[in-house]
Amino acid sequence: MTLAVQMQGITKVFPGVVANDHIDFSVEKGEIHGLLGENGAGKTVLMSILYGMYHPDEGRILVDEKEVRVDSPAHAMRLGIGMVHQHFMLVPSLTVLENITLGREPVSNGFLLDRERMHRDVKEFCDRYRLDVDLSAPVYMLPVGVQQRVEILKALYRGAAILILDEPTAVLTPVEVEELFTAVRALRTEGKTVIFISHKLREVLAICDRITVLKHGRVVDTVAAGDASEDRLAEMMVGRKIVYEFQKRSVTDQRPVLTVKGLTALSDRGLSALRGIDLEVRSQEIMGLAGVEGNGQTELVEVLTGLREATEGTVILHGLDITRATPLERIRMGVAHIPEDRYKRGVVTDFSVMENLIMCGQRDRFARNSVALDFTEASICSDEMMRDYQIQAPDKDTPLRNLSGGNQQRVVVAREFSRSPRLVLAAQPTRGLDVGATEYVRGKLVEMRDNGAAVLLISADLDEVWALSDRIAVIYEGRIVAVKPVGETTEHEIGLLMAGGRND
Amino acid sequence: MVDLLDVINVGLFAAAIRMATPIVYAALGGMFSERVGVVNIGMEGIMLTSALGGVTVSYYTGNPWLGVAAAVAIGGLMGLVHAVVTVKYAGNQIVSGTGLNILAMGFTAYMSQILWGSRGASESVASIEDITIPFLSDVPVIGPIIGTHSPLVYLMPVVTVICYVVLFRTPLGLHIRAVGEHPTAAETAGIDVVRIKYMGVIVSGMLSGLGGAFLSLSHLNLFARGMTGGRGFIALAALIFGKWMPFGVLEAGLLFGFADALQMRLQSLGILPPQIILMIPYVLTVAVLAGVVGKAKPPSDYKPYKRE
Amino acid sequence: MTERLTGAARRALADLRRGSEGALFQVAAILLAFIVGALVLYASGYDPVSAYAAMLRGAFGDMYGVGQTLTQATPIIFTSLAFLVSSKAGLFNIGAEGQFLVGAFTSAIVGIYLVELPWVLHIPLALLVGAITGGAWGLIAAVLKTRFNAHEVITTMMLTYVATYLTGYMVNYPFKAPGWVSQTVKIAPSAELPRILPPTQLSAGILVALALVAFTAYLLRKTILGFELRAIGLNPSAAESAGISINRGIMTAMFLSGAMAGLGGACEILGVHRRFIEGFSPGYGWDGLAVALVGGLDPVGSLLASILFGALRSGGMIMTRSTKVPLDIVIILQGLVIIFVAAPAFIRSLLKRRRK
Repeated sequence: MTLAVQMQGITKVFPGVVANDHIDFSVEKGEIHGLLGENGAGKTVLMSILYGMYHPDEGRILVDEKEVRVDSPAHAMRLGIGMVHQHFMLVPSLTVLENITLGREPVSNGFLLDRERMHRDVKEFCDRYRLDVDLSAPVYMLPVGVQQRVEILKALYRGAAILILDEPTAVLTPVEVEELFTAVRALRTEGKTVIFISHKLREVLAICDRITVLKHGRVVDTVAAGDASEDRLAEMMVGRKIVYEFQKRSVTDQRPVLTVKGLTALSDRGLSALRGIDLEVRSQEIMGLAGVEGNGQTELVEVLTGLREATEGTVILHGLDITRATPLERIRMGVAHIPEDRYKRGVVTDFSVMENLIMCGQRDRFARNSVALDFTEASICSDEMMRDYQIQAPDKDTPLRNLSGGNQQRVVVAREFSRSPRLVLAAQPTRGLDVGATEYVRGKLVEMRDNGAAVLLISADLDEVWALSDRIAVIYEGRIVAVKPVGETTEHEIGLLMAGGRND
Repeated sequence: MVDLLDVINVGLFAAAIRMATPIVYAALGGMFSERVGVVNIGMEGIMLTSALGGVTVSYYTGNPWLGVAAAVAIGGLMGLVHAVVTVKYAGNQIVSGTGLNILAMGFTAYMSQILWGSRGASESVASIEDITIPFLSDVPVIGPIIGTHSPLVYLMPVVTVICYVVLFRTPLGLHIRAVGEHPTAAETAGIDVVRIKYMGVIVSGMLSGLGGAFLSLSHLNLFARGMTGGRGFIALAALIFGKWMPFGVLEAGLLFGFADALQMRLQSLGILPPQIILMIPYVLTVAVLAGVVGKAKPPSDYKPYKRE
Repeated sequence: MTERLTGAARRALADLRRGSEGALFQVAAILLAFIVGALVLYASGYDPVSAYAAMLRGAFGDMYGVGQTLTQATPIIFTSLAFLVSSKAGLFNIGAEGQFLVGAFTSAIVGIYLVELPWVLHIPLALLVGAITGGAWGLIAAVLKTRFNAHEVITTMMLTYVATYLTGYMVNYPFKAPGWVSQTVKIAPSAELPRILPPTQLSAGILVALALVAFTAYLLRKTILGFELRAIGLNPSAAESAGISINRGIMTAMFLSGAMAGLGGACEILGVHRRFIEGFSPGYGWDGLAVALVGGLDPVGSLLASILFGALRSGGMIMTRSTKVPLDIVIILQGLVIIFVAAPAFIRSLLKRRRK
């Protein structure tokens, strides 16, 4: 039994976070090895190191039991390592055949493409690995599952003996997943080694020979698939660690603030993102929406804020149907939004701190009349907000991009919360923040809740959801699969539901 | 009273083919540039400068073909400038193109004044004679239309075919398209993205230069201020109308060439105001962009490529 | 076209903004242009020093020169502000020339045919009509963009040609002055913008221009609309999340932009030419583009750069008369400035080399 890959003592540190912490990871030749863990556990970083996209701060790598230093993806490919990323590297208007042979096309007569040979060579690969693709189809016309197959073929065509698949089932339908598994098994039969990165434990159990579980940048354990169960894997993935405890005011008179019924919506790519969401969030509560990213949370928030159209269903706020309301109308009705992508939707980095603080209110609170801005009010409020929310900046005219990530998030929080909203939609509010800022934001969410707001907290960090929520809902593949008061469930159960496990 | 046959006759169609030539050359050039991801709206300026350069060389050497060669070279040089600004320094493509146009406007008038003392036009120079293809011109009906033309006109469909072959039948063509559509994917496949971009832009300059040479050394035999008359922009319209494909561009060019020939014919007959006819290509383009004539999807996203 | 082109244009504009910040870049670009221009002059057998000196003298040497400089600068102020406003919203309106012509023509029509009005009504009305029609011309491109995703770079360019030929048609046929070629009759005296510095052609149009500079600065820095347009230009996703309507913003920006250019055309007709002549604009729309960039996309910067370009044009005329250098050297200089401004990275690398 030779080891195709050995990674020993791999450590990789990014500013503020230890992505990989002295990881020992090895893969036998000819096996399908699963790398399992939640978002942020360090799986992709580890494999990116193997693929030469990052360099480790510590540790060594051995390929085929020879020590190597992987400098670049090109180098990795020369070593026989191929990687299929979540975002494909395919040229849309070129055919499958052309994409696979890109950069190493066979020629006839010195300069013309030898399409026959191209076809022959690649077809051989398709047959051997049982990867069925229409070689003459332009890539943009193909469904995502087929595009993925093309990426796999591309790696094989370039001589990959070790194939890293990064969250390959994230974008596949159940049928396509089965087809992928068939292909992966065929790869194994041909003697290829496959590393299967995923957060979906049922799939990992179904396809892999052995499974390594990562958590918070460290290896928890490596087990044989036959010896593991869903429960055990879930426990390893999630662990039990409540970091912060918050004192919450006891609740008196709750009423529903947000009621969502049968909400259906499509993603940007036109696929089904929300498949009939039913949800209710009450005043004076934090409803935590637990789930791994990519299960519809983004689209849900967009529909609730009015940035995305719902194809079916209704959204009711305080008894009023806002399904067709504009973002501005919702803001005026007391909806606050902390976006998951601060830089995209949250702030304008070239605006000053003050300009960012008055956004959303430029037509109302900070308007002197229907034309001009009220700079006096803006100035006073900005100073107040900077004080109350402890925003650290030289002054309010500093461009926002000069502030740290934590302070930028404070600006967002200040802007949204100082409106005394009735509904707070907080999406991954502490992502990318240091400990202090994280504590602060979480404290503020509790404060909003105590003051009567309904808070919908969407987070992939189960610890956070657990610590803050009164009730927890789990979203999986566009549906709410469970809603439970915090006292009536366990982290373990929630972790299971998040990963698609069934609730027995 | 004007007879319909005074307008629609053999001469008109022959003129249509003739007037399509500079547009097709420039548009093919624009096609290469845009397919590697660089907008080149400076084609008007490049055509104009090359037209002047060609005439100048013909003036001093008496050989119009040397003039054509010079025009192509000048076009390539200006393309190089555009490439350096937009690829090497990631400069704004629209601004660079506009700068080239304005620079060309000034430079050609300036040089014209210095060389020939008047700001209107140059002296006449040795130009390219039309040739007649014997058996072709004997064919009934279409013979007179396609039988006698400048060699540069006959070259036009040849160049179009070459462009098609390069783009769709060679590895280079695949690389060009990959670089324009998904430079990162091209880079990871081992393609030298920067080199291909430079090449595409320089070729666009050279082809525009050829178009300019046609105007001053074949269609006419002198340089006149502003003689390109917006054809560089019409070429852009033809490019969009032709959906960035060589044969589509050829057809679009013929259409615009027809409008141009018709306009000249109508002008000489005094039927419709020339300005109304002259507007047609531009209104046509706007209609195309509005999706009236199908969806026009460009082949790239025109971002400056940053190597990670 | 597609959102991707829009994104690219927006990125480019943001880069331009950042690169153009600091007058250092603008000055460097101008200097570089003059240096290259000097080389061109030298290579053609002229003395660059005396040519530039003559230009300077002509532009600023005496009251007449200053007056003509300001006269040439006036229309450029309008078109540069037009480009500036649209660029703040992330749009590339390169059709200011067309919008300028449309405004010029319609104001001429109002000036010619509404003869019964006293000047207090006639002038503002003509200016208003010029502005509104120019704005409408810009709005066409905005509608094409919001409805059909047609990129404004191409549509505004095409519309400029349409405007050029349409106005050309108008003054050669329906509105042609009998006995003249390619122009209308003179406008009524009640529509004339007064000359404020005889014997130069400087008209009250410059006062309108200055007012517009102030208005633009006010708009961008102090108003809700300005705030929202800038947000759209810098980060449309965030603007949308903050309740700003992107489509409305695009249409408003293009209308304002076209209106400014149209107003400039109107002032030029009412103040300088007093009739619409085909081809009266030597490309003021294009100057405006260069000026806005050289001015760092700032209203006051545009004002200063407009004066510079106006000086180039008027001083150039004097230079030609005295040194026989072809006037087109002015246009060469403009083209060079634009190319140098296109790539701040180039100037940055030059400066870095000098520091070493």
